[in-house]
Amino acid sequence: MKKILALVLALTMVLSLGAIAFADGDLIKVGVINNDPNESGYRTANDAAMRATFTEENGYDATFYNNNDAAQQIATAQQMIQDEVDYLLLSPGSTTGWDTVLQDAQAAGTQVILFDRMLEADESMYVAAVVSDMPAEGETAVNWLADQGLDEYNIIHIQGHMGSDAQLGRTGALDAKVEAEDSWNYVTQQSADWNEETARTIVQSVIDSGEAFNVIYAENNGMARGAVAALDANGITHGKDGDVIVMGFDSDVWAMESVLKGEWNYMGLCNPMQAEKVDKIIKDLENGTEPAEKVIYSDEPGFDCETITQEDVDTFGTGVEEDAEEEAPADDAAEEEAPEEEAAE
Amino acid sequence: MTTETKTPVKKKSRSVGEVLKNMTRHQLFIPVAALVLLVLFNLIADPSFFAVSLKENSLGNPVLSGNIISVLDNASELVLLAIGMTLVTASSGGQDISVGAAMAIAGSVIIRLVCGGRVSVDTMQTSLILAVLAGIGVSMLFGAFNGVLVAYLKIQPMVATLILFTAGRSIAAWINNNQLPIVNDQVFKYAGTFIPGIPIPTPVFITILVILAFWLALKFTNLGLYTQSVGINANASRLNGLDPKMIKLLTYVILGACVAVAGFIRVSRSGSINYSRIAENIEMDAILAVALGGNALGGGKFNIYGSILGAYVIQFLTTTLFKYNVPSTALPAYKAVVIILLVVLSAPVVREKMSHIKKSSKRAKEVA
Amino acid sequence: MQEGAVLELRGISKFFPGVKALQNVDFTLRAGEVHALMGENGAGKSTLIKCLTGVYPKDEGEIYMAGHDKPVTIRSPQDAQNIGISTVYQEITLCPNLTVAENMYIGRTKGNLTRWKRMNKGAGKILKDLGIPAAPGQQLSSCSIAVQQMVAIARAVDMDCKVLILDEPTSSLDESEVAKLFKLMRDLKARGVGIIFVTHFLDQVYEISDRITVLRDGQLVGEYVIEDMPRVQLVSKMLGKELGDISDIKKASDKAADMTSVPVLEAEQLASAAGIKPFDFSIHKGEVNGFTGLLGSGRSECVRAIFGADRVSGGTVKVNGKSVKIRKPLDAMKQGIGYLPEDRKLDGIIGDLSVRDNIILALQVMKGFFRPFSRAQAEAFADEYIKKLEIKTASSDTPINSLSGGNQQKCIVARWLLTDPVYLILDEPTRGIDVGTKTEIQKLVLELAGEGKSVTFISSETDEMLNTCSRLIVMRDRKVVGELKGEDLNQDMIMSTIAGGEAQ
Repeated sequence: MKKILALVLALTMVLSLGAIAFADGDLIKVGVINNDPNESGYRTANDAAMRATFTEENGYDATFYNNNDAAQQIATAQQMIQDEVDYLLLSPGSTTGWDTVLQDAQAAGTQVILFDRMLEADESMYVAAVVSDMPAEGETAVNWLADQGLDEYNIIHIQGHMGSDAQLGRTGALDAKVEAEDSWNYVTQQSADWNEETARTIVQSVIDSGEAFNVIYAENNGMARGAVAALDANGITHGKDGDVIVMGFDSDVWAMESVLKGEWNYMGLCNPMQAEKVDKIIKDLENGTEPAEKVIYSDEPGFDCETITQEDVDTFGTGVEEDAEEEAPADDAAEEEAPEEEAAE
Repeated sequence: MTTETKTPVKKKSRSVGEVLKNMTRHQLFIPVAALVLLVLFNLIADPSFFAVSLKENSLGNPVLSGNIISVLDNASELVLLAIGMTLVTASSGGQDISVGAAMAIAGSVIIRLVCGGRVSVDTMQTSLILAVLAGIGVSMLFGAFNGVLVAYLKIQPMVATLILFTAGRSIAAWINNNQLPIVNDQVFKYAGTFIPGIPIPTPVFITILVILAFWLALKFTNLGLYTQSVGINANASRLNGLDPKMIKLLTYVILGACVAVAGFIRVSRSGSINYSRIAENIEMDAILAVALGGNALGGGKFNIYGSILGAYVIQFLTTTLFKYNVPSTALPAYKAVVIILLVVLSAPVVREKMSHIKKSSKRAKEVA
Repeated sequence: MQEGAVLELRGISKFFPGVKALQNVDFTLRAGEVHALMGENGAGKSTLIKCLTGVYPKDEGEIYMAGHDKPVTIRSPQDAQNIGISTVYQEITLCPNLTVAENMYIGRTKGNLTRWKRMNKGAGKILKDLGIPAAPGQQLSSCSIAVQQMVAIARAVDMDCKVLILDEPTSSLDESEVAKLFKLMRDLKARGVGIIFVTHFLDQVYEISDRITVLRDGQLVGEYVIEDMPRVQLVSKMLGKELGDISDIKKASDKAADMTSVPVLEAEQLASAAGIKPFDFSIHKGEVNGFTGLLGSGRSECVRAIFGADRVSGGTVKVNGKSVKIRKPLDAMKQGIGYLPEDRKLDGIIGDLSVRDNIILALQVMKGFFRPFSRAQAEAFADEYIKKLEIKTASSDTPINSLSGGNQQKCIVARWLLTDPVYLILDEPTRGIDVGTKTEIQKLVLELAGEGKSVTFISSETDEMLNTCSRLIVMRDRKVVGELKGEDLNQDMIMSTIAGGEAQ
């Protein structure tokens, strides 16, 4: 029984992750290499959008692959090039090591489009890049923070995975400011590796040692939530009219709601919805139109608890449910509660 | 023939050296010594480390706060895993590396039930007890899966559990349709935070309860004797009427239950789950806790309290490092140092050498 | 050094925590002699050997070796080998997955390891010289234990050793193999090798040794020339006491068995997955019987089938006339059957557990998972049997693997006595243990029979079987070939039955 269940689970995983359709004459063959969708709400939304866009109805024969490990990504990319995909859509796990893949792609006539993340290569090696401008996100956030006009900035800085595009961009802007201004100080600067639980522990540790702070700059929403959990546990007020300013990044709808409710002060948008833009670029290319710009940045404003509106939440928030009843419930007990449709969209 | 019979020698007053030697021979020496070292370091470096204060949390409940409370609180999941891991290690002579992934599964099942398939709920859709029981049940099933691979198919524990280690987090994501649901119901968070009116973090109580349960189980059942017998000599155990396969399987199922409780605490802390990040790398800490507790990773005799102590030592170390702003990315390096010391100290060659040094220093004293 | 000596130990002492394992022991080995090292388990034989071979550092004393004018320092087995001391242990310490030749040359080829041809040729020559029935290219694990032992000796011999230590080399060999080994030892003797021979078999000591050194409780009792030392005296030197008379007890117990009653256990056409031919067997209240036959004849497999230790593949079993199913050991235990397995280390003791846990294990398992004995109760059980069987242990808390072989065996006996069995199977209970304990165990068997228990006793030493059993089942090639009792119960008859003569 146990083994059967595991088998069924494993099979389902294989089918849902790596559905490989055979090429159809009229369809555009694309290979999509993305990161692990379970990493964060941002990534889940990003992956879901890609999968929803590159469908057969939409004229695509798409193969998806998800892994955070660049080495695995590279191996799969090479496989896809050999399988003669027309377009290779790539969100690289690391910024380096892609030279061979790009050269192979060029030789095979495969067009490479980067989405979400950049890599280090000459611009001629890819057709287009639809990415977030991480340094700009950091810049926007730090400028917003400076506008708050505090006498002193005592910051708990919770970093993401060290060396990642997002961490480098978001840390860079803050580091520069702290370096430049005497009234800006780090109480602690720690990497929580995108991990909510670690972020909570870091903040709790600062509280335990009795050091004063008035800003939490967390490089994604999950870590911001972990930090807030520590504040709540210690009765420290935060958000609008609170003692501590809470800042997060990405696009999760719950985070935007937290800002809307005034529990958080700021969320820097990192727009995961590149799928449509990538789709348009491909359709244009098929019609013989080159993209106007090589690198296309998403529009990524920051949201302030004073000015955010429900419309913003509805427009930019991601992670709302799509098809709750799409798959069978995971276990027997789950069946007792029929999932109800909730109009969160 | 092994070593010679130990004929009792006449009792004499025990010298300091002898007392020291007996201490170092004791199984709990290493974790206790490590704990004492950490406490001493913190006392000297900054005694305020041990300060505990009564505060009010954002819900208006009284809560205790301080590094010590944090250590006790944050070690909870690790302690639970270490307990189960000790049994698994003892019976099968190997470790389950899928506990982190299994925590993700258990947490996901609980969240799935509590949310009733929605992405965000303000009140729980299923009774919490039912959800937790289901989580424990599913987790025990996965434990049984590992146990069958190890006990009946005789696959090396690390290899067998590699399967779930690899697939577990994807299974966890699949259980929730790849959504990241959020539970805003405060009651759900009681287990991971505070129960109103009680100033001590709930995970501490849960951990104490589980430890108590195991203390009772070890006292009022033959869990300890059977597990050790099977781990030391499965053949002989069988000839004494035991069913070694069943007992190995049992320890994996027990670990599954421990994993589920740990997973529940973890999701209850935040009311959400992140399949890739939840309890990441915790399996290594759990194994380290077992080793720190003076238990042989090759199985056989065990001391569950050693592992529990080991888990607290690891958390104490982590908290200390955080306090002194050691970058969290450097944490694994410090743990590596601990592991190296441990491995070196427990190596037979070193033990031999150490007892020699003590002996010769004792003799030198006698001569002087 | 003395004239003609190759090795001299002077004033060797070794202390373990709480124990003086060796105290001021002298030992002299002359070239071309076989020197038996005797003593009960725990007397210090193993420790002395281990100090000599560098396994343990000695705490006091000196070691002299012919050809060295100063005392030699031996820090490791490698050191010992380099100065010409080679050891063959009771447990084979070779690599089972390598070939015979590789095992003989491993660790001592200089430089180019891959001269397989030369290696195989060299190994082949030695094997032939020594009459060892193994091919150089054969994988070691495919050889019998005896041949593996001989390969170990061949390896030692080929290393130009001056001193060869044989630690219990014969305990897993049958008679013809022992004879071969002795021939080998005599050859080596003639070449001037000094051999230290550690064994429990008195017959073998008298057959091959020139001199005997006796140890007791870590101290030297004395060195004797074999001719001046009658057996009885040797045994009493080892034990420090006189042996009891076994045959008297036997006569008394003979009467106890009532052979007309319903058998305590009766098996018909029993067969197991271990590949024995279906056999019939029965035992009555108060009877002691035994299985005899050469090593590998299937005697252990028979009793394992009775106990359910191997998967039973056919036949019926009746206990007290009632048909029962015995599929696994627990089934047998519930019928009041106890089983002391042949291989104490592999199947008997739970090494790291305490003497106490080892003693209570079987009874505890029968009592059930949810009903553990209290510490005090377990303590009481253990102490009772430690006293009753005179188990030498520091306390009931001592791990069993720090006890000597004989005392470990007593613990296993105690384990089964504690379950108060109706029928006790003892498979080689006297193997690898000291003479004193051997006698004690035989006496115990007869006492048990006297109390009305039934016992099946298996031993490689026919003397012991004759002392204890009133009926012997003879096995050859995994088949029961005869049954001896009464008048027929003698050495000659056993031999001829085993060899193929008709019983009765």
